[in-house]
Amino acid sequence: MMGGPVKRFAACAIYMVLIYGFIFLPVIVLVLFSFQDGRFPVPPLKGLTLKWHAEVLADEDLRAALLNSLIVALASSLVALFFGFLAARALAHSTMRGAALLRGALIAPMSVSYLVIGLGLLVSFNIAGVGLSLVTVAVGHVVINLPLCFAICFAALGAGEIQAERAARDLGASETRVMWLVTAPMIVPALLAAFLLSVTFSWDEFLIAFLLSRFDVTLPVEIWSLLRSGLNPKTNAVGSLVFLVSAMAFLIAELSMRRRT
Amino acid sequence: MTARIEVEGLTRTYGGASVLAGVSLVVEAGEYCVLLGPSGCGKTTLLNILGGFADPSSGALRIGGRDMIGVPAAQRPTTTVFQDYALFPHMSLRDNVGFGLRMRGVGRADRDQLAETMLDLVGLTGAGGKRPSQLSGGQRQRVALARALAVEPDVLLLDEPLGALDLNLRRSMQEELKAIQRRVGATFVHVTHDQEEAMAIADRIVVMNKGRIEDQGPPERVYRRPASRFAAAFLGEMNFVPVTVAGGRYVTVLGDLGPAVGEDGAKLCLGIRPAHLRPGPGVSVEATVIEIMFQGIHRRVRVMAGGISLLGHLPLGMSAAEGSSVTLAIDMAEVTVLPGDA
Repeated sequence: MMGGPVKRFAACAIYMVLIYGFIFLPVIVLVLFSFQDGRFPVPPLKGLTLKWHAEVLADEDLRAALLNSLIVALASSLVALFFGFLAARALAHSTMRGAALLRGALIAPMSVSYLVIGLGLLVSFNIAGVGLSLVTVAVGHVVINLPLCFAICFAALGAGEIQAERAARDLGASETRVMWLVTAPMIVPALLAAFLLSVTFSWDEFLIAFLLSRFDVTLPVEIWSLLRSGLNPKTNAVGSLVFLVSAMAFLIAELSMRRRT
Repeated sequence: MTARIEVEGLTRTYGGASVLAGVSLVVEAGEYCVLLGPSGCGKTTLLNILGGFADPSSGALRIGGRDMIGVPAAQRPTTTVFQDYALFPHMSLRDNVGFGLRMRGVGRADRDQLAETMLDLVGLTGAGGKRPSQLSGGQRQRVALARALAVEPDVLLLDEPLGALDLNLRRSMQEELKAIQRRVGATFVHVTHDQEEAMAIADRIVVMNKGRIEDQGPPERVYRRPASRFAAAFLGEMNFVPVTVAGGRYVTVLGDLGPAVGEDGAKLCLGIRPAHLRPGPGVSVEATVIEIMFQGIHRRVRVMAGGISLLGHLPLGMSAAEGSSVTLAIDMAEVTVLPGDA
């Protein structure tokens, strides 16, 4: 008699385990075999060691790439956030004809593939005679993150913000002071979320970073060159570190968004 | 500290629709002026134009003798108490109230002190460290008022400031608003659709409808001798009785109502408040009671007389049943003669 509900519960549980397993298995395998006490990151697991992690941290090329990635991620995210916020503020208030069109045009790059953006920028930089460097990588990351920052800021600007800005203006505030003393502080959680999501995307972005960099490379590009010399628990170890940083940034972004609602 | 407002032939159109259709108005310095009307009458648009949040399509606006057309809100001698208060949620009450002073370059110590004084004035002594989210609606209202008054505006604009409060709180805030206005001496312009609120606090009521001013003046004058049918009906219940002037007397379906003002043959309309159709002295009217509503200090009755439906008042002591006949009298001294059209 109790068979029906129990069976249904079991079916649901199995389904759930399979789905989550499918999503998280690659990460689990990656992290697990970064501790492999052996020369290849493949089963069977021969024992656990921190040797590979130590080797990553001792590798100067990897350390330099890690620092480059960090600089590119922070700088490009700040720039994307700044311009995204300005655009969101302008368009959130606008009753101008064509504001919806401008909004669409700002968000549209989200649907363009990174390959197209990367190649387009590469050609543009070539024509303009700009040499490839971390700066060009950062420009590429601003291009992909600006729509995201704009969309998050735009969604955060509601009637309450617009009314408060009106009140600030009424009390004698200039537009710049309205923006920095009222608008921005009111949407701090959204600003933080936009910034951290941008950092995450920039941090593990490969394609654009690969196409637009030359001598100084970011971590994903460095990992890619490591992979060319074959699989090795060291690549797993560096992958785990990349994952750890993105996961943390993403978690903080998620929490700061949640606090708002 | 205070300024006279002069509005001349102000119009405002939105995409072909006329929101203000030529408004002229003078509010004296230090006056408490209430703009009264139904939603969509243009009262909020007029307030927005006074505050610098909207531009008129044509017309002139002077505050304290200075032309205000094209002057941004930040540079006008006006501040506004917004309908939804628009407090800054990320600032303490002290910083909210001190914001305008900060914009004027007043130092932290001075503006904190002034902010506390303003919070005192609105009855929030010692609450300077709190955040707006810790306050009730009525308290937020007070903070919005303190914030707008802190910069000592010549003119304070209030956009339905009491609309979100419950009835008892609204009545007590009305008294306070009036008292604060007397104390600070600034010209107040207050928008509402609540006629009781308007009559309770205004020195001057401006009744608006469809982008025009229907009537303006002291509350008592506007209530007792309204200039138009709209103003008459908006300020309270009113019976409208069509009359024809014949032989120097008012001839109506209720009979001869006495000596007339107006030429023979003129079609007019008499406005009679229910309070002036009651048992007592005046021109008698025989009526049949249709419906009785108890209202505390009297009974309001709907009666039929001469084939038209009228509202009157019966004293509590007088018994009457639905369907019974009563003799009421019109107090002709309190009757308003209005144009007869419509």
